[in-house]
Amino acid sequence: MTTGSRTPWRQPLALVGAAFVVLWVLVAVLAPVLAPYGPVDQIADKLLEPSAQHLFGTDQLGRDVLSRVIYGAQVSLPLAFLLVALSAVIGSIVGAVAGFFGGWVDGTLMRLADLVFAFPGIILAMAVAAALGPELRNAVLAVVVVSWPSYARLVRGLVMSARNSEYVAAGRLLGSSSVRTMIVDLRPNVAGPVLVMAALDVGNAVLLLSGLSFLGLGAQPPMAEWGSMVVSGMDYFDLWWLWLYPGLSILTVVLAFNFVGDTLRDALDPRTARAIRG
Amino acid sequence: MATLLEVEDLTVWLATRNGPRKAVDGLSFRVDSGEVFGIAGESGSGKTMTAMALLGLLPHAAKTSGRAVFEGRDLLAMKPRALRDVRGRSIAMVSQDPSTSLHPMLSIETQVTEHMRHHLGIGKSEARGRAVELLSTVRIPDPERALKAHPAQFSGGMRQRIAIAVALACEPRLLLADEPTTALDVTVQAGILRLLDRLRRERDLAVVVITHDLGVMSAVADRICVMYGGRTAEVGPRETVLTRPRHPYTRGLLDALPHPEGGAATLRPITGSPPSLGAVPDGCPFHPRCAFAVDSCRERRPEPVLVETGHLSACPPDPLGGAA
Amino acid sequence: MSALLEATGVAVEYHRTGAPPLRAVDHADLTLARGEILGLVGESGCGKSTLGRAIVGLQGTTSGEIRFDGRPVAPLGLRRRPAELRGLQMVFQDPYASLNPRRLVGDQVGDGYLLGGTSKTEARRRAGELLERVGLPADAVKRYPHEFSGGQRQRIAIARTLAAEPSCIIADEPISALDASAQASVANLLVELVRELDMGLVFISHDLSVVRQIADRTAVMYLGRVVEVGPTRQVWSEPAHPYTKALISAVPRADGAGVLPVELPGDVPDPSRPPGGCRFHPRCPVALASCAHDDPPLTILRDGRSAACVLAE
Repeated sequence: MTTGSRTPWRQPLALVGAAFVVLWVLVAVLAPVLAPYGPVDQIADKLLEPSAQHLFGTDQLGRDVLSRVIYGAQVSLPLAFLLVALSAVIGSIVGAVAGFFGGWVDGTLMRLADLVFAFPGIILAMAVAAALGPELRNAVLAVVVVSWPSYARLVRGLVMSARNSEYVAAGRLLGSSSVRTMIVDLRPNVAGPVLVMAALDVGNAVLLLSGLSFLGLGAQPPMAEWGSMVVSGMDYFDLWWLWLYPGLSILTVVLAFNFVGDTLRDALDPRTARAIRG
Repeated sequence: MATLLEVEDLTVWLATRNGPRKAVDGLSFRVDSGEVFGIAGESGSGKTMTAMALLGLLPHAAKTSGRAVFEGRDLLAMKPRALRDVRGRSIAMVSQDPSTSLHPMLSIETQVTEHMRHHLGIGKSEARGRAVELLSTVRIPDPERALKAHPAQFSGGMRQRIAIAVALACEPRLLLADEPTTALDVTVQAGILRLLDRLRRERDLAVVVITHDLGVMSAVADRICVMYGGRTAEVGPRETVLTRPRHPYTRGLLDALPHPEGGAATLRPITGSPPSLGAVPDGCPFHPRCAFAVDSCRERRPEPVLVETGHLSACPPDPLGGAA
Repeated sequence: MSALLEATGVAVEYHRTGAPPLRAVDHADLTLARGEILGLVGESGCGKSTLGRAIVGLQGTTSGEIRFDGRPVAPLGLRRRPAELRGLQMVFQDPYASLNPRRLVGDQVGDGYLLGGTSKTEARRRAGELLERVGLPADAVKRYPHEFSGGQRQRIAIARTLAAEPSCIIADEPISALDASAQASVANLLVELVRELDMGLVFISHDLSVVRQIADRTAVMYLGRVVEVGPTRQVWSEPAHPYTKALISAVPRADGAGVLPVELPGDVPDPSRPPGGCRFHPRCPVALASCAHDDPPLTILRDGRSAACVLAE
């Protein structure tokens, strides 16, 4: 521990995480500019080793792996954000309603959440994706279906403990209505943890989506999706560039969002934020 | 009376984010056997850290200097293993909250006999017999049945009595009681204070009572040390310190208490608040809040000096001296 | 003086699964006038806090009636509290739990004004004034609760209730979580505000000596009942109920005399199974044989105060 002013964002891991997040977002936005070739263009010989011409080599259909990895960010990141946002919103609303009203409302909603919770995520997602058909859109739906309950649980717990707190009682005595209490008094207590969970979850979502694609239930060829790139690369295990680069992409995105999520947790809590600032 | 514990120039540094900070700063006192010695002070005065230092239970990365000689051995210089033997055997502790110091899932018998069997090496049935004896000493009704019960089955006051029985299991010479009655109601508190008083008379037990409550001090302590900002403000016999205090801080504490004769007068608080760890002012730590402060108080660190027999005060201007 | 607050025969029961209902408050009566400080004392579990919460409506009652300024106080449900009850406010024990750690102090203090229909900027400004009134710097509005000490937080909590322009405050152990010097100054602040704003204050505390110092009248509770009420001076100098007597003699005095406080034998019984007859009789040093089955009601004594004991007259 040292003296001096340090915000949570100055910690090395936070910086690395934030840098990677920014990097990948830029890559996704600027993909058409950055990528030397199109994602599905068969522009060269098959299975070329990395060279100056093709930095990450080419795949079994003669497509540029670098370009595919770059375009892959355009697939994975927006989808990951979208499905995290969807599950966070759905989960938070369900959790807030359950926590605030309690009783049978709480009982019903939480049993439903438990039901989903009881299955291992990937297996349930597989079931949903298989039932709806192997398509990326269905994979997204599947992931939302398995991930909202964790938000619902988190928010319900936060709302319940805050609801019985004395500051909520004090607010109610001043004449604050239930809805205003939820928005004004409970929202700041809930928003931070949900944001943290969401940030951590972006990584998971990327992983889960890639996982479904890896199993053939998500993105279908020829789409440049990291998970499906890894799986088709696995057929040529010796040709490491086929699976290593998309794999590294998944890894860095997952880790970066985890670091950012952890940092957010510290930064959003007025107590730790100040303590770390010293 | 023989001196049982002699603390000399005890200093405790706690590790903080901003480096080590003194929580206790050059504290000296002695405790005789069979004596109740009180350490009074507000939160952050260093009173609890003093007890923790004697027990070797300071938080991680804390450092100490000075000496604390107990029965001829310096507690601060002892190896952790040797200290562990002293603690629980010759020195025992009673803390503020019996619901956390007693294990909720273990029977009273296990908790009372555990230390006996470990430290004294006696058998199960002998330990059990002594446990029954101890529980009746601390006035637990039906001790035989109480042994089989768990802490949750007792009220707060009864739990504190049981915690005292656990502390007494190995017949310690010194009992450190940190706010032993703060969590209890007054009628229950009265019982615990009477119990502590009886134990020291019957067992020649020395008790160090740490509390912020001067009423409790007045009831049980023979001598009182008033701490402020990690240092001794004043130390002396109970009656002198509470009726003719020489340190303005002690005076302030007494004035802040509701007046015994009541009346519509408002309470007289000490202005300001006690310093936090690492923010103890230079010179006399109390000077920013002291109505009598003079220039030298801001510059020179006052040491406790003898102002009358057995009574030391760390206030060189001694504005209350004339009132005695 | 007409009563500002009137509680008649209030009972509060907690229903628990697999156990008999716990009657935390059992037919308690209280009255409070404007400008008056009523000290409500008793040991833990006597129901004083529950009674306090029932009075403001945070706790439903099983029977009895509570009237504030002549209007009945209904327990708080999911709906908004009626505007005419805004004058009845509460200060809680733990200033760490009673302020939202994630909201600015100014917003929390300004809430009372905002909910009273004041504009946002005006509420902010007046919050600053209130904070100054309770002895905090005006820039406290832009800070978070964790930046303040316990005593300062309790001042913030008091300021928050003042924003509702209360005529009656129920303070539930408002100083017992604070340091000695902060205790005195927060108690003084409450007394000052009562005198200045002509409010009523119910000061709930286990600390008898503070109540003795500041309360005009004192009510003593034991096991869910009010056992004695009267002018503080009288209650202290000649307690009519043996429990009051025991309570007073158990308070240690910081007079240096080394007198051990008097012990009251036994423990407070389990409130879900109160003893029959007078609830205090198993611990009472002067109990008669009849006390085991006769339950004395709170009756007015010759000198005008009330006590619930057959021996009091």
